[in-house]
Amino acid sequence: MIVEIGHFALVLALAAALAQTVAPFWGARVGDGGLMDVGRNAALIQLMLIAIAFAALVNAHLTSDFSVLNVAENANSMMPTIYKISGVWGNHEGSMLLWVLILSIFGALVALFGRALPRELRADALAVQGLISFAFLAFILLTSNPFERLAPAPFEGRDLNPILQDPGLAIHPPVLYLGYVGFSIVYSFAAAALIEGRIDAAWARFVRPFTLVAWSFLTIGIAAGSFWAYYTLGWGGFWFWDPVENASLMPWLAGTAFLHSVAVMEKRDALKVWTIFLAILAFSFSLLGTFLVRSGVLTSVHAFANDPRRGVFILAILAMFICGSFVLFAWRAPMLKQGGLFAPVSREGALVVNNLLLTTACATVLFGTLYPLALEQLTGEKITVGAPFFNLTCGALMLTACFAAPFGFSLAWKRGDLLGVVQRLAFAIIVGAVTAVVGAAWLRGGSIFAPLAMGLGVFVIIGTLIEVVMRAWRPGLAAGMALKRALGLPLSFFGGALAHLGVGVTLLGLSGLGFGAETIATLHKGVPAEVGPYSITLDSVGERVGPNYKETVASVTVRSGDAVVAKIEPARRQFASREMSTTQAGLATLNFGQVYVSIADPTGDGAVPARLYWKPLVTLIWLGGAAMALGGALSLADRRLRFGAAVRAKAGARSLAQPAQ
Amino acid sequence: MMMLGRLLTLVLRSPQRGRLEERSRRSGVARWTVLRDASPLVPLLWTRAWGQKLASLGFKLALFAALAGPALAVQPDEVMKDPALEARARSLSAELRCLVCQNQSIDDSDAPLARDIRLFIRERIGQGESNDAVRAYLVSRYGDFILLKPPFKPETLLLWLSPVLVLGVGAAAALFAHRRAPRATPRLSAEEEARLAALTNGDASSG
Repeated sequence: MIVEIGHFALVLALAAALAQTVAPFWGARVGDGGLMDVGRNAALIQLMLIAIAFAALVNAHLTSDFSVLNVAENANSMMPTIYKISGVWGNHEGSMLLWVLILSIFGALVALFGRALPRELRADALAVQGLISFAFLAFILLTSNPFERLAPAPFEGRDLNPILQDPGLAIHPPVLYLGYVGFSIVYSFAAAALIEGRIDAAWARFVRPFTLVAWSFLTIGIAAGSFWAYYTLGWGGFWFWDPVENASLMPWLAGTAFLHSVAVMEKRDALKVWTIFLAILAFSFSLLGTFLVRSGVLTSVHAFANDPRRGVFILAILAMFICGSFVLFAWRAPMLKQGGLFAPVSREGALVVNNLLLTTACATVLFGTLYPLALEQLTGEKITVGAPFFNLTCGALMLTACFAAPFGFSLAWKRGDLLGVVQRLAFAIIVGAVTAVVGAAWLRGGSIFAPLAMGLGVFVIIGTLIEVVMRAWRPGLAAGMALKRALGLPLSFFGGALAHLGVGVTLLGLSGLGFGAETIATLHKGVPAEVGPYSITLDSVGERVGPNYKETVASVTVRSGDAVVAKIEPARRQFASREMSTTQAGLATLNFGQVYVSIADPTGDGAVPARLYWKPLVTLIWLGGAAMALGGALSLADRRLRFGAAVRAKAGARSLAQPAQ
Repeated sequence: MMMLGRLLTLVLRSPQRGRLEERSRRSGVARWTVLRDASPLVPLLWTRAWGQKLASLGFKLALFAALAGPALAVQPDEVMKDPALEARARSLSAELRCLVCQNQSIDDSDAPLARDIRLFIRERIGQGESNDAVRAYLVSRYGDFILLKPPFKPETLLLWLSPVLVLGVGAAAALFAHRRAPRATPRLSAEEEARLAALTNGDASSG
């Protein structure tokens, strides 16, 4: 019964989405305020209905109701509760439901907090948002219904794919979707601005918090996914240039570019057309990612079970939103009034360079991902575009963008003084260059990438810190005064600085790859194996039984010289329900590096074949990502960007003014 | 429009692909057993046509390689005695694609075929062949498909030039927009300059 209520709520949500699309759009055209307000209520009702549907599905998974096809195929009564819940979005249908849930949350946020906006703009944005919602709800109901029943119900479910039975699944997809789908708001507002034919700093000010939310979540989602892959796939890789990873990287790159250009628009009223273009691009890439993952055009380690009907349907949605918005863009963008002049050497100019590099990187990822597909269709020839291609092309572009970052951060608006900035950053440049040279000498002819990334990382970190200090302090200024000035700086400045520091920290983490060590060996009890500065000894091999698996655990001691620094337990898990096993790597974090041990099944005499790694600085890769996301959150807390701050201030002013009249 | 048509056929064609994947998923274990039994012969029997056929049929086998693989990628018994030769073998195998996997190098892959190619590489390197010679041999056998970094040739020209082209077009567009933007305000006249100087001087002396 609860399942049917969920299904019914989903159908009602489709109707609400339709109302949200038609009424406010029509209202905005004829200037009917009542009709425009329908959009607001429809968005809230839609959120409520989708939340009911989602709760119904969660309930079915929690109670292991195997009469529901989705539960029977993706759950098992023996699974721990957390995986029963995360299993809801560990499959195609459930993850689509989560997708629309998040979409409707963002729609409701606009409905609730968009009061400061011009009425027509809000109505149009809600209408576009409603249309996206409508398309995806129809997609779910017609091709991927999570509430489909199964008769007769089996006694036991097929179990969630063992590799997904990990806390990673509880975090990675929802956070990633918050990012993906968050860009839908940006897209809706871009489309609304194009329909209205008007865009200004107020638009940018309202869109920016949503961008920051989406971007921060996308950053965390990608970092979490990368960390999950790192510890779960057993060879310590954290980024594979897999098509689906690329699908999440493209919106991130476009979103990062948008975040920078919307800042220019808010502050200087410039780059309007370009900002709108990036807004459309960011969400288009989110949609493209959805299409690539679910259509079966590209298969990857992330692939969901796919069905051609779904592929065509998503292709239609994709075509409608991407083509529709670009047609609108081509028609309306020339009418947008340009403002804000700036010289080529200025902060605006630097942000244009940043945008160019990021979008080129984004295009390169797109080409690399789809080129083999297109070539095979056109000529029948099969080629592979893999990590070495992306590392070379995209890597070079991203490193250049990182190099430009401290310069852009230090340049003044309108007209900058490049020479002055170079002088200010001289210390950072010198330290960075020395680091790179020392690193290269240390590696003696190894890869050039590692020392380069290390030097760049040091340069970005020191360069950013110099700018933070210089904003508040000049030689000769008293410490107390400097502190006062620092506290007066807007939070968004510190947010930007923290995000740039995060970039530097991630670069340092990446550079650590070149300085690591790897040993492939069969571990015998009591015989130490060396990896980098550490020695690793196998103490014992045992069996353990988990809730729905058995595991073989190797107890391993990590020593530095004679001192014991860590004890870790890498394991292999066997899942009976799917006859699969997974690798649980043993990790010991030492400073910012990690000792990483993953094992294969023990041989007959109790020895364990293993891969041992020493990965210096590796945790910095994800810590840097966390710093970037935190920077986004800090900017979000900036007073200027608080929802409705302007309205409240105005209302306060009025109430003060009234008694005088 | 033609591209769209092709994309559509691609999508529409995939029921077959989907079914095969489904079947291989259901009987994943059995399928692998067959492959594993044949594995010593695979490098010899494995022709380019075969490689393409299997690769297009069952990419999702990759999932099995990653999930259900009984062993690690490079195993201790594969490692060559001479560390220099082993390092060469490792760097070569990082450039080669595991033919039955999705987007994994043979260095990372658990698939039996990947292991066979790893052993083959080590055998040839052990016999004194250069990395280039081994790579050329593998390409002659499996086609460019095996290279993770596509070679630079007419068909891949657009791919390799895409970053340069996009950056160029973007830079040109930015330059064009800058040129087209209204000129900055005209310079001050001599009279205005004098007034400004007077004002700023007055400011400096008083402040």
